[in-house]
Amino acid sequence: MTNNGAQPIEKVSIIISRGSLEGVYPGLIMANGARMEGIEASIFFTFFGLDAIIKKRMNNLKVATVGNPAMHMPTLLGALPGMSAFATLMMKKEIEKIDIPPVGEFLTMIHDAGGEIFGCRASVDMFHLKPTDFCEEVDGIISVGQFYEKAAGGQIIFT
Amino acid sequence: METMTIAGKALQLDADGNLANHNDWNEEVARELGVQEGIPELTTQHWAVINFMRSVFEKEGDAPSIRRLTKESGVDTKTLYQLFPKGPAKRAARIAGLPKPKGCI
Repeated sequence: MTNNGAQPIEKVSIIISRGSLEGVYPGLIMANGARMEGIEASIFFTFFGLDAIIKKRMNNLKVATVGNPAMHMPTLLGALPGMSAFATLMMKKEIEKIDIPPVGEFLTMIHDAGGEIFGCRASVDMFHLKPTDFCEEVDGIISVGQFYEKAAGGQIIFT
Repeated sequence: METMTIAGKALQLDADGNLANHNDWNEEVARELGVQEGIPELTTQHWAVINFMRSVFEKEGDAPSIRRLTKESGVDTKTLYQLFPKGPAKRAARIAGLPKPKGCI
């Protein structure tokens, strides 16, 4: 082990606050990777991040082609109709190539691995969402206070 | 390089404590590594995972992803984590006599 004697991480609580494809995947990969290492993991979906646990939307997330300098695409080009859909298709292909599952399957995988999945109470109220809007992997809609209680003793990662 | 006596033989280990040479591995070595990882007895399902990991490694030079493991070995995700509660990726690879998997998934 090359951790120089540092205390290993035993628990992570990951916050996913964005609803674009590139905003959701990093948190899912971090959570799944934690479980693979035997680290306790939970994910808290807040604001537009909720799209990733809404049944009708979770498998239709899009890559943002505007306002994303790392796409190396001029803003006006990125704004053309169909550009986001095209970029999303390309990225999904690359994601599948490295054996990363689609969002829905990924959530099932993380949940089956013992990872917990929560939605943010304030965001659910703000967007007028119902419990039936969410995928079955969701363990609960909780307040920020409950989130902190659950995160006790671990690391919090905001994405 | 560190060595450890496993199943009566002094075997070389890599920096992660996994076997340095996967050809040193046999079922007795696996059982002893299993005990070290907190698994007193390897069941048929443990062996299914271990053998699948070894067969992929021999063909491709790296252990399979968890997703592929659960799709192709016949052991589902929930069971996999019950079999290797401290983390299937690292622990199963170590018991299978393989280096730590390189992939993130």
